[in-house]
Formats: sequence, C-alpha cells, structure tokens
Amino acid sequence: MYSDSEKNFITHPKGIMSWLFTLDHKRIGIMYLIAILTAFAAGGFFALSLRLELFRPGEQFLTQDQYNKFFTLHGAIMVFLFIIPSIPAALGNFLLPLMLGAKDVAFPRLNLASWYVYVLGASFTLFSVFTGTVDTGWTFYSPYSTQTSTSVISMTLGVFILGFSSIFTGLNFIVTVHKMRAPGMTWYQMPLFVWGTYATAMIQVLATPVLGITLLLLILEKVGGIGIFDPKMGGDPVLFQHFFWFYSHPAVYIMILPGMAIISELIAVHSHKKIFGYRLIAYSSVAIALLGFFVWGHHMFVSGQSEFSSMVFSFITFFIGIPTGIKIFNWMTTLVKGHICLTTPMLYALAFLICFTIGGLTGVFLGALGLDIQLHDTYFVVAHFHYVMMGGTVIAFLGGIHHWWPKIFGKMYSELWGRIAFVFIFVGFNMTFFNQFMLGSQGMPRRYHDYSSFLKTDLFERYHGFSSYGALILGVGFIIILCYLVASLFNGKPAGNNPWGGLTFEWSTTSPPPTENFKKDPVLKHGPYDYDKVLPKDIEEN
Amino acid sequence: MNERTFNLPPPASTIAGAYDELFYFIYGLSVFFFVIITVGTIVFAIKWRAKKGEEQKLTSGFCHNTPLELLWSIIPTVLFFVIFIWGFKLYLRYVVIPANATEIKVTAWQWNWNFAYPEGAESNILVVPKGKPIKLIMSSNDVIHSLFIPDFRVKMDVLPNRYSSMWFQSDYEGEYDLYCTEYCGQQHSKMVTRVHVKSASDYTKWIEENSVTPTGDVLYKRYACNTCHTLDGSAGNGPTFKNLFGKSETLTDGSMVNVDENYLRESILEPQAKIVSGFEGSVMPTFQNTINNDKLDALILFIKSLKEE
Repeated sequence: MYSDSEKNFITHPKGIMSWLFTLDHKRIGIMYLIAILTAFAAGGFFALSLRLELFRPGEQFLTQDQYNKFFTLHGAIMVFLFIIPSIPAALGNFLLPLMLGAKDVAFPRLNLASWYVYVLGASFTLFSVFTGTVDTGWTFYSPYSTQTSTSVISMTLGVFILGFSSIFTGLNFIVTVHKMRAPGMTWYQMPLFVWGTYATAMIQVLATPVLGITLLLLILEKVGGIGIFDPKMGGDPVLFQHFFWFYSHPAVYIMILPGMAIISELIAVHSHKKIFGYRLIAYSSVAIALLGFFVWGHHMFVSGQSEFSSMVFSFITFFIGIPTGIKIFNWMTTLVKGHICLTTPMLYALAFLICFTIGGLTGVFLGALGLDIQLHDTYFVVAHFHYVMMGGTVIAFLGGIHHWWPKIFGKMYSELWGRIAFVFIFVGFNMTFFNQFMLGSQGMPRRYHDYSSFLKTDLFERYHGFSSYGALILGVGFIIILCYLVASLFNGKPAGNNPWGGLTFEWSTTSPPPTENFKKDPVLKHGPYDYDKVLPKDIEEN
Repeated sequence: MNERTFNLPPPASTIAGAYDELFYFIYGLSVFFFVIITVGTIVFAIKWRAKKGEEQKLTSGFCHNTPLELLWSIIPTVLFFVIFIWGFKLYLRYVVIPANATEIKVTAWQWNWNFAYPEGAESNILVVPKGKPIKLIMSSNDVIHSLFIPDFRVKMDVLPNRYSSMWFQSDYEGEYDLYCTEYCGQQHSKMVTRVHVKSASDYTKWIEENSVTPTGDVLYKRYACNTCHTLDGSAGNGPTFKNLFGKSETLTDGSMVNVDENYLRESILEPQAKIVSGFEGSVMPTFQNTINNDKLDALILFIKSLKEE
C-alpha cells in the first residue's frame, strides 16, 4: 500500500498500539470512520431484511416479534451509531484542523476519549441485541417502553453513553474553531464546512443533555418504579414525547447540517467557482440550528398536546423552510459561470440538490397543521425523513468520502466504477422511497409487519414490492463502493496534493498529510472560494 | 362517490374535500419548485461544464445579486404564510366538534378496539349512520394507540391517562379500513378493523341486533380471543379452546390446575395469575375493565361447548 520511505500519518508511527493510543485527529477520524461504517452495515442489514419481509403481504420470513425488533434496531443503529456521529466525528475530525490550518483539535485527549466512549456506548447497544433486543422503536415511547419485557435498559444506557461522545466532540470543535484558526483567517474566511460543523457542534452540546436526562428518567422508572411517564404509576406519557423530541428534533439538524456543510465544499470546488452568497449560507446554518430548538412539537400534532401549542409549533416550523430554501438556491446559482467537472463527488452533490429538495418540499405538507393529520405515522413520513437523512445526509456523506478519499489515503479510486455505483445508489434510493410517499398518503401506517388484512392490500403490495426491488439495487450500489474504495488502497494512482483543484488549506499539504498536518505553519493568503483571483495550481504548498 | 386520486384514497368524509384541496395546492407548488431546481441544476451543470482538456482559467466572481436573493427569500416566505394559515384553518375544522354529534365511546387495548354506542350496543367494528356527525371519545387500557381512518382523513392518538376526541361525518355508505397508527407492541399490525357507514334504517337495525348480550362465539371474535386461542386444537400464542374445559393443566410453577369455571374467570380477568406451562411470556391483557358478568358467562359457556364428549 505505502512504501516505507513515505512518512505520513498513516505509515508513521507503526503498530496497533500507536493507533489505539493516538492523539492524532486524523487517525481518530479514521477509527471513527471504521466504527460508523460497521454500524451502517449492520443498520443496512436490518433495513434490507425489513424490505424483504414487506415484499409481499403476510408473514414472509420474519415473525412479528423479529420484525418489531429489526425496525427498532435499524432505527436506533442508524440514528445513534451511524448518522449522528457520521460526518462530524469521522470527516469533521479529519478535516476541521486541516481546514483551519491547525496541527490538531484543541483537546486531542478528549477527542480520543470520545472515540472510546462511543465504543463503550455501542457495546451496550450491541449487548442489548444479544440479550433479547428491544422492540419499542428507536423513539422508546412510554408507557410501552416501561412495560415491555425486552432489554430497554441496556439499549437506553448505550444511547445515554453515546450522548457523551457526541458532547465531547461538539465541545472540542467549538473551542477549535474559536481558538485554532490560522493567522489571517477571520470568521468569514472559514470554509463553509467549518461553519456547518460549528453550528452542529452547538446543537450537540446544548441538546444532547436533554436526551440523557430523559433516558435516565426512563431507566429510573423501569428500575425504581418512580412514576414519571407511565400513567399506571402516576406519570404522563405525553411528557416523554416532549422530552424526547426536545432533543431529537434538534438532532435532525445534527444529522443534516454537516451534510449541507459538505455540499457547500463539493459544489464550489468541483465548479471552481466562488460560492454564491457565502454569508447567507453561513448564517442560515446558524439560523437552522437555533430555530431547530423551537419546533419539537410538530412531531406531536395528533398526540393530544393543546391545539394552541400545535399552532405555534406549526408556525415556527415554516420559518426553518426559509433558510433551507435559500441554501438550495445559493448552491444552484453557484454553478452559473463555473468550470464544472462532473466527477463522482460532484455527481453526489447534484443528486443531493434533487433528493434533498424532495425531502424539504414534502416537509411542507407535514408542517401544515391540518395536512399532518392524514400523513402522521404513515409511510409518507418514512419517505420524507429518508429523503432528508439518506437523500440528504448519506448522499452528502458519500460525496464527501469520494471528495476527500484522495486526501485521506493519498490514492485515487476508479472514476468509472465510482460513476457506476452512483447510478445504482441514485436509482435504488429513489425507487425505494419515492413511491412510499403515495403509499403513505393512501394510508399505509408505519411499523406494520403485515398488511394482508387491509381492504387495499393489492394496492399496497404493488408499492411495497417496488420499494423492495429498489432496496436491493441500493444494497448492490453500496457493495460496489466498498469494493473499489478498498481496491484503490492497493492499486490506486497517487492522488497528488490537490486532485480536484481546491483552494482551502487541506489541499495545500501532501496526501496523505504528515502527522503534524503541514510542513510549515499556514498563513491565509486568499479566501476559501476565491476562484476569481487564484488558480488552484498556484496555491502555496504548506 | 368520488374516485381515488393518485395520492389520496377516495374522499369519504365531509372534511376530506377541504383536506384534498390544500394537499393538492402544496403538491402543485412542490412540483413547480422541484422542476425549477432540478432543471436549473441540470442545465447549469451541462452549460458550464468544463470541456475536455481545457486549461482551467479564473472563473467569474459572480456571488451576489440582491434582487435575485430577495426574490427567493420573499416568495417562499409569503407562500409559507399562506400555507400556515390555510393549514391552521383546516385544523380548526378538525378540532371544533359539532354540538349535535352522536357520541361513541372507543376503548383501545393491546390489540383490539371496542366501540360502545349510546343505545347500548358494543362491537369491535365501528358502525356509523351516514350523514350524521360522529364524535369519538377515546381512551386506552394500556399503552398509547392511535385511531386512523385514511378514507376519512382523520387520526388521533388514544391515551391511557386521559380522554381524547375527534369527529367526522361520512355521506357515503360503505366499508373502510381503520388502523392503529401508534406502535403498540407485538401485534400492532393486527390492530386493524373496519368502519361501516350505513343508512339510517340499516344503522337502527344493526343497533337493535347488537344490543342484546351477544353469544360467546361473537365475543370470542370481538375481544380478539381468536388471535391467540384456536378452536381446532392447534397451539397458538395461548392454549387452544378445543377440549380445554375440564382438562388438567400444568402451570409454570409446576403445580396443577383443573380448568373449571373459576379458573377461566380468573384467567380472563387476571391473565398473568396462573399461566399454563409452555406459554411463558404470554402477553394477554386483562379484560377487567372491558367485560361485564353477562359477557363473562357467555364466553365461559362458549368454551365449555367446545369440549367433545
């Protein structure tokens, strides 16, 4: 893979212990990448099993109990073990110091600790899989979660621990952005990836404690019989929903803001064009992060919360649509008068614009008070959040992986296979989820193991069947990506410092970067997207 | 009756028409904006695509255009206000229940529904007269459930610690699906029943037929005993009812019990008290608040009748 003469962060120092005790943000980023991709594979396995079970009405190969456990595990693993840490902890860890021109994050030991805390939390979650698993859905709604006999405690304890890992990373990033920027780099000269990661870190630090407290209360109720949520003990189940969504709605923005952050980089770099409306994109990330704290009640329009609350939550929800819309128009307009290279990462960025727009527009249906009544808890919601989480974040994550892979490992992957896999992912994703909008608005409820006793079974079977074929295509796409990325490590061409023609600091150092990131201390000479002033080949090597 | 559209089931309640108007208004806007963004993205990406082998030059510094930016900030904002107000007005139609509505009491439990009518009848399907506003007053015996009738465009959570209510009026006779849409445990996907909209005379007839205490075989289905207890001797999630009466059963703690009237009564009211060996982990709910003495007698009589001499 790498010759001994090369001295970069991967080859030097050597030995497994040098990885396990590393304080290098790049190595921790790679360790996170391996961990979250393992989680993604597990979550994907459960997803595919669910789709195959739903291929036809009636029981196929999963019993009711297995199905209920599988969708819980799919949701919990994808949300808590994959998507929340995915971009910030893996790519963010690797890139944030590089983009700022720093040697490392502000607290390298805290950074390593966050990885170990993640592994500990993941172990508790896995433990619950082997001790009978959980069948509550990833939302753990009380009183069902209080009453079920499955291992809710080890699962929620796992999520509780994972929260600390998220808080550590967030804290670290906030301090890093404030304190470690290279000389000359003002706030408005930071790459937009940094802005997005910064806004995300804010939510991680402020919202995660509420989830921790909520899950701790749930555990206290189950173990100590203290009535908080279960009405049998004098509690209130709607209170649980308020607490849960007070974290979990901002968490949606922990998931999507880093995706948006990647897209800003990808579109500017591969169009070699100054990004349109830099400040508005940066402000809208912060605006989304702030507004995200005041809309949790839109998950509860039919829960029995007061009509007045529902009205207020619906009103605020629409205000999140405005900065989101502005971002999309800005990205689209960035393409104008560019020098656009349709590379694999750029294809993912363009796919993001299309898929995420569908995710955003269908959110308008759900935010409108009266309309949510029909669509709540149906496949319409399932399709909507998969368009945002998968069509948004996962597509952006894939784009980011393809964009920075040459920087991280110093090797180019096969562009041809990259494009083939892209087609599989794009077609497979849309086939799986687009028809679920119709499935949902026609009335198909979520979390149903079987739909054979309906009056509309035939109609639903057509939609479900199509979805399942899409999921298979999607699965093939991921396997292709895994194959050519691993192959590139062994036979990929050397990437060079700056294969795509970027202007930010990470492209000014070698690929893979040396342990100390830069050979000399970088000084900012131009803005991150000054393609009208500087040619990428002329940037100073650091 | 109206036809089913591509996205929504045939509108079968009085509110469905208003619902569908807003739905298709947003749908139209969504298609419009989706086309703008998709076409824009693809056209720009092709038009300003780098030619093969072309040397990279400095590109335009175009990164601001105040009129354009105001346009795409203000137009969506105005549209969002319109949609919010429209959505809220539609919502008011849902929450303001007509004073003359007929009240039906809904009880939900894992995993069945019970509908109690003002005239005294009860059933596990929802039967309503056409052309009359119906108010459902709902509560749950255990966890949270949610009552959803897609063809009527109505849904409301059913909670264990308070009453929730909703209303609808259907002017079309027919049969419609009713789902539970809040995940409620093992047999959530079996918590499906039907709504029957009947003409006034058929409704009155149905109420009369169902007001007398039903026989045990009717109760066996109404209380969904049939999901776990078979009649043909095969084991389900619980013991079969065939030849059950008079049998000696081993319990989970090793003791023996004779299946008589008192054991059956106890098992219906307190299912977890004495569980037959082999059925550990059974999740049968209590019928303490659901069943009265007459119905209990009828059900026990029914189980007795399944003993072959």
